[in-house]
Amino acid sequence: MRTILKVDSLVKKFGGLTAVSNVSLQLKEDELVALIGPNGAGKTTVFNLLTGVISQTSGTIRFREKEDLISLNNKKAYQIASLGCARTFQNIRLFKNMTVLDNVLVAMTNQYKEGFLKSIFRFPSFYRTEDEILKKARDLLAIFDLDKDMYKLASNLPYGIQRRLEIVRGLAMQPKILFLDEPAAGMNPEETADLTRLIRKIQKQFHITVLLIEHDMSLVMNLAERIYVLDQGKMLAEGTPSEIQQNKAVIKAYLGEEG
Amino acid sequence: MNVLKANFKYNLCWFIIMITGFYLMNTLIMVGMIDSFIENMLVTIWINIILAVGLNLIIGFAGQFSLGHAGFMAIGAYTTAIITQKTVSIGGFYVSFIVGMIIAVVAALIVGIPTLRLRGDYLAIATMGAAEIIRIIINNMKITNGPAGMFNIPQFATWPIVYVIMCITTIITVNFINSRGGRVIKSVREDEIAAEAMGINTTKWKLAAFVLGAVTAAIAGSLHASYLQTIAPNDFGIMESISILIIVVLGGVGSVTGTFLAAVVLGILDTVLQDFGTLRMVIYAAALVLLMVFKPSGLLGTWEFSIRRLFNHIKRRSV
Amino acid sequence: MQIFFQQVINGLSLGSIYALLALGYTMVYGIIKLINFAHGDIYMLGAFWGYYVINVWHFNFMLALLSAMVVCGICGVIIEYLAYRPLRHSPRITALITAIGVSFFLENGMAYLFGSNARDFPQVVKQVNYDIGGVRISNIQLEILITSCVLMLILQLIIKRTKMGRAMRAVSVDNAAAELVGVDLNRTISFTFALGSSMAGAAGVMIGLYYNSIDPLMGLTPGIKAFVAAVVGGIGSVPGASLGGFLIGLLETLVQSIGLSAYKDAVVYVVLIVILLIRPMGIFGKNVKEKV
Repeated sequence: MRTILKVDSLVKKFGGLTAVSNVSLQLKEDELVALIGPNGAGKTTVFNLLTGVISQTSGTIRFREKEDLISLNNKKAYQIASLGCARTFQNIRLFKNMTVLDNVLVAMTNQYKEGFLKSIFRFPSFYRTEDEILKKARDLLAIFDLDKDMYKLASNLPYGIQRRLEIVRGLAMQPKILFLDEPAAGMNPEETADLTRLIRKIQKQFHITVLLIEHDMSLVMNLAERIYVLDQGKMLAEGTPSEIQQNKAVIKAYLGEEG
Repeated sequence: MNVLKANFKYNLCWFIIMITGFYLMNTLIMVGMIDSFIENMLVTIWINIILAVGLNLIIGFAGQFSLGHAGFMAIGAYTTAIITQKTVSIGGFYVSFIVGMIIAVVAALIVGIPTLRLRGDYLAIATMGAAEIIRIIINNMKITNGPAGMFNIPQFATWPIVYVIMCITTIITVNFINSRGGRVIKSVREDEIAAEAMGINTTKWKLAAFVLGAVTAAIAGSLHASYLQTIAPNDFGIMESISILIIVVLGGVGSVTGTFLAAVVLGILDTVLQDFGTLRMVIYAAALVLLMVFKPSGLLGTWEFSIRRLFNHIKRRSV
Repeated sequence: MQIFFQQVINGLSLGSIYALLALGYTMVYGIIKLINFAHGDIYMLGAFWGYYVINVWHFNFMLALLSAMVVCGICGVIIEYLAYRPLRHSPRITALITAIGVSFFLENGMAYLFGSNARDFPQVVKQVNYDIGGVRISNIQLEILITSCVLMLILQLIIKRTKMGRAMRAVSVDNAAAELVGVDLNRTISFTFALGSSMAGAAGVMIGLYYNSIDPLMGLTPGIKAFVAAVVGGIGSVPGASLGGFLIGLLETLVQSIGLSAYKDAVVYVVLIVILLIRPMGIFGKNVKEKV
C-alpha cells in the first residue's frame, strides 16, 4: 500500500492560540482511518487545513499525484479538491435550493467540458455531453437509493438523507480521499448503523481512502482500521481500535485525571 | 439521438413563439392598432428586459448583489452614440455594438476582479460606487459632451432590431443558466465554501456571470441610445440601477419568466400613470411597497415557464 | 495653510451632518440588516418641518430642532411599523426594495403636496462670522458642530448606559438569542428607528440653516453619501459612523478646494472601494469569518 497523504509537523496558530501543534499523520491508499479526540481538540481545524479552507502556520502536507508526493502548501481549496480530495461538513453544506441531481452534477463539474459557445448556442454535442453526464449522475444516485428523490430540492430531504447526499456528492467528484466530518452527528442509532454500512460499501466499491472525524465511538471502533487521537491540538496516540481502547493517555484525555 | 429530437421539439416551440410575437407586432402596427406611443412603450419594455435579465443572472443566479448595472449600460450607450455620430451607417451601428461590448467586458473585469471578493451589501455599495465613477467620468469628458449629453444620435435601432436582440440575449442567458456554467454559478450562490470544496474556482465563475451580465447591459445601452436618440449622464445614475433592480426583485429573484412579467407590468403601469402628473410616482411607489409587502418573493418567486413541463402536463392529463 | 484650515472647518461642518445621518443607517443596519433607503428622506422631512414651524409658528432654532427630532422619530417608527415590520422574515432584498419604495413615496408625496421647487430656509439665526487667525468660522457652523457632537455623545450614552441601549446591542448581535432572554424585539427595533430618525431630523434642520435651501429631493444624495460614510466607518458601529461621516465631509471639501469639484463624488467612491478592499468590513467593523 502506498502512502497517499503525508502530513508533517503541521502547526496552526490563531493569534496567540495554537489550535494545532506539530501534528503528523499518514494515510495509505484504500485505508479507512478515524481521527478522534475530545471537543475542541482541533479535529475540524486539521480537516480545514488538509482541504485548504485555511492555511497552516507551518508544516507540510503532501499528496500523491501518480508516482510523486506533491506539496499542497499554498494551494487553494478548489485546487486541492480538484486533485482528488472530497469532503463533507460538520454542519451539512448542501446546495439547498438546488435539486439533488444538480447537487451531484455540480460535483462532477471538472469531469466534463461544455464550452461557453457550445452551451449558449446549443450545438448537438451539447445535448450529448449533458445526456452522458446526466446518466452518470443518475447511476451514482441509484447506487445510494437517492434516484427517486432526484428532482427534489436538497433542503426538502430529511436530515439523514441530507447527510447521505452530502457523502454521495463528495463521491461524485471521483476523489482519491474522502474526508468525512462527523457524519453521524445528530443521527439516531438506527441511522448510524445505516451510515456504518454505507461507509463500508463506499470504501469497498470505490476503492478510496476515507478519513473520518467522529464522536460516536461505536461507529469508529466498528469501522476504522487505524485511529489517530488528537488532544488539545497535539497528536496523542495512533493505533488500531483495540490498541487505542487500552491506551492510558487516551482514557485520561477522555475521562479526565480521575478516570 | 432521442435527446436531440426531444429538445428539437421544445426549441422549435420557442422559435415559433418568438416568430409569432414578431408577426403579431408587425400586423398590429400595419393595421394601426399600435401607434408610435405604444411602440415606444414596448421597445422600452424590451430594453428593460435585456437589462433586467442580465442583472437577474448576476443577482438571482450567481447570488452577487450588484448595484452598478447602469454604469455598464452607459458604456454601451455612449459608445454607440459616439461611433454612429461619426460614421452614420448601419455598419457603424453594429461596430459600435461590438466595441461597446468589449469596453464593457474590460470595465467589468476592472470592477469585478477586486470587488467580487466582497459579500452582500458591501458588494452592492462597491459596485454602485464603481458605476457612479463611470458616470462621473462620462460627465466630465469632452467626447461625450459632458453633462448636457448627446443629441441627434442616428436611429438605427428600430423595433425589429430591438426585438430580435432581446430574443437573442434572453436565449443566451437562459441557455447559460441551464448548462454546466449555470449549475456552477448557482452552487456559488448557495454556498461558496461547499462549491470550493467541489473543485470550483468560485472567483472565476462569479466574474464570468458578472461579465456576461455587464455585456448584456452594454447591449441594452447601445439600443437605448440609438432608439431614443438622446442620452445624458444622468440617465445612468443610481436611480437607473435601482429601477432595473426593482424589475428583478418584483418579478422574482432567480426567475427569468418573472423578469419578463415584471418588466411588462411596470412598463404598462408607467404608461397608464402618465396621465396622473406628479401623482404618478406617488402611486407607483405605493404600489411597489404594497406588492413587496404582500408578495415578498416577487410575482413568480423562482417559478419558470417551461414548454417541456407544459408538454408533460398535457400528456399526463390526456392519459 | 489658512486655506487648508478653512477647508477643514467647512469639511467638519458638512461632515457632522453626514455623521448624524450615517448614525441612523448604521443603527438600523446593525439591528435588522436593512439599508434603510428612506433615511435620507426622513432628513428631508426634518428640514421641511423646520421650515414650517419657523415660518408659521415662529419657533426659534432650538425649538425647531427639538420638535423636528420628535416628529421625525415618530415618522421613522410609523414607517418601520407599516413597511418593514411585515417583511422582517422575508428575503433582505425584498426589504431593500420596500425601503426604496418608501423613499420614492416620501420624495414624490412631498413634491406633490408642496411642489418640487427649492425654497429658501428662513434664517432664524443671524449669521455672524468670526475670524480666528485668518480662518473664518460662522456661528452657524459652530452651532452645527456643537449640536451634532452633543447629539452623538447623547446617543453613545444611550447605547452604552441605558437598558434600551443594551437591548439594542443584544439584538444586533443575535436577535433570536436576545428575544430568548426577554428582550422585546418590536419595541427595541421601534426605538432604534425613533433614535436614528430623530438624528436625521436634527441634521435636516441644520442643513436647511447651513445651505439655506430645501427641496423634496434634497435627501437623496446626502443619504447615499451618509450610507457610504457608515460603510466606510464599519456598518453597525456608532463611532465608525461618526468617523466615516467626518471623513467623507472632509474629503469632499478638500477635493473641491483643489479645483476638482466635478470629481468630488468620484473621489468619495474611490476611497470607499479602496477602504472596502483593504478592510472589507469598514474601519471599525468586526470581521466575522464564516465557521466551517
